[in-house]
Amino acid sequence: MPSFELSGRTYETDEDGYLINLSDWNPEVAAYVATQESVNMTENHWEVINFLREYYEEYKIAPMIRILTKAIGKKLGKEKGNTKYLYDLYPGGPAKQACKIAGLPKPTGCV
Amino acid sequence: MSVKEMALNTTMLNELESGEWPSFVTDLKEYSKKKPVVVQLLNQLEDSYQTRWNYWIGKILNAPGYGGGIIARVSEKADVYPDLANFHTVRVIEPPGWVYSTDALRNLADIAEKNGAGILQFHGMSGDVLLLGFNDAGSLQCAEDLMSNGWDIGGSGAAMRTLQCCVGQARCEMACYDTMKMTKHITDTFIHYLHRPEFVYKFKFKLSGCPNDCANAIVRSDMPIIGTWRGAMQVDQAKVAEFIDQKGMEYLIDNVLTRCPTRCLSVRGKELVVDNSDCVRCMHCINVMHKALKPGKDKGATILVGGHRTLKIGDTMSSVLLPFIKLETEEDMNNFTDFVEKVWEFWNDNGMDHERVGEFIYRIGMLTFLKGIEVEPDPQMVVRPRTTSYIKFEELGPSRFEGEREQNPPVWNREPESRESM
Repeated sequence: MPSFELSGRTYETDEDGYLINLSDWNPEVAAYVATQESVNMTENHWEVINFLREYYEEYKIAPMIRILTKAIGKKLGKEKGNTKYLYDLYPGGPAKQACKIAGLPKPTGCV
Repeated sequence: MSVKEMALNTTMLNELESGEWPSFVTDLKEYSKKKPVVVQLLNQLEDSYQTRWNYWIGKILNAPGYGGGIIARVSEKADVYPDLANFHTVRVIEPPGWVYSTDALRNLADIAEKNGAGILQFHGMSGDVLLLGFNDAGSLQCAEDLMSNGWDIGGSGAAMRTLQCCVGQARCEMACYDTMKMTKHITDTFIHYLHRPEFVYKFKFKLSGCPNDCANAIVRSDMPIIGTWRGAMQVDQAKVAEFIDQKGMEYLIDNVLTRCPTRCLSVRGKELVVDNSDCVRCMHCINVMHKALKPGKDKGATILVGGHRTLKIGDTMSSVLLPFIKLETEEDMNNFTDFVEKVWEFWNDNGMDHERVGEFIYRIGMLTFLKGIEVEPDPQMVVRPRTTSYIKFEELGPSRFEGEREQNPPVWNREPESRESM
């Protein structure tokens, strides 16, 4: 099983780099995964990650994209509450890339 | 035996080559001489036929900044067919009316062949061009090449899908509005919804210029836009007389008058008399007597909503949402796209995951839906008001708009249905 080591601790991932044990997640892991994904984490990036984490902890499911855009729009202003803003932050897609950095389960399929 | 030398095994598929019509099996067999991966593709399909099992599963792959456009498919039999381990599809947004120059088609073929298996599908169910058979890197490079050649990808996942329209006024005298222009307008206005999925589920538009509905809009799309007219249809009595002289009165009676579903046609001497108030725009008489009859002069479109194939509930056809709108000026078209945004807003805010708009209406009731999008109920919204539970008028049951959903009133508590009670 693939894994990576960080500050003397080993983290197991699946073949696509998603954490196997979701409780392993911490900001250090997020920063590491982000560099692997060539995402330069700014405050804006963290806001999305934090929202994803909070939502996941409450509902045990990744939010639908619309819930995400609306929440961001509410928090940061309407001009940022759209998918374009999210894809600018995470070109690999909020579902795939942001969830990976936030340590959420791998989204399955498109249909 | 190495994979390169894998032999075709198509016992059952061969059956699909019999008969007079062209066969994809024949085409792919021929093509497999050039691209060995096609052998594996056919063999896996043969396995599927033998075992009655589908070996494709999905995964997610995005071009940078795009949420849609690449439909990633991986094979469960990758140990037997290694080149099918990643065999993705790229969705290309098609031009309105499917009008291409041969150069454009060559360009598509070249890009497809350079980056992957080079199998083309014209066109997918939502009107797009499908390029099949790319691995991960090939898909991304293909998207890149398409965009640098002026194409664009999109329309997969829970997104607005590519539009599909009939040829409309470009090639057809029946068209009541410019379907191709309208397709372009909607595509341009909502291009970000094609690129990045953000709905609860897919949403399809299909545009037909007249009620003949050549784009199959009414069954195959969430929002069909079907051309229609207000007032009287155009009748050229001289041509009617000519028709009768050529075909005979009997032909006219047997094939036109008696086939009018609402019996709104009659004939006086050699003159056709039309009771336009009873005409339901079935197009039959106009199709048969296309020289003498034409759609009326005040043309526009009917907007319907809710068609889809079986998923949560059975197949539904669309029903009328806006009986008549004009689609001529820029302003008309913008009004329509504004209206669509409203429908999307209500559906996406309240719809469940994987719920098409038709199923959403079925669940919450037409009246609730109409209130949500601020449209007044209209008798034209269903074929036979009060004979179907699909639409409910408020006096027939408690309002469901606020608070919990309530039970439909039992049949015996309802008012008897009659024309008077309308």
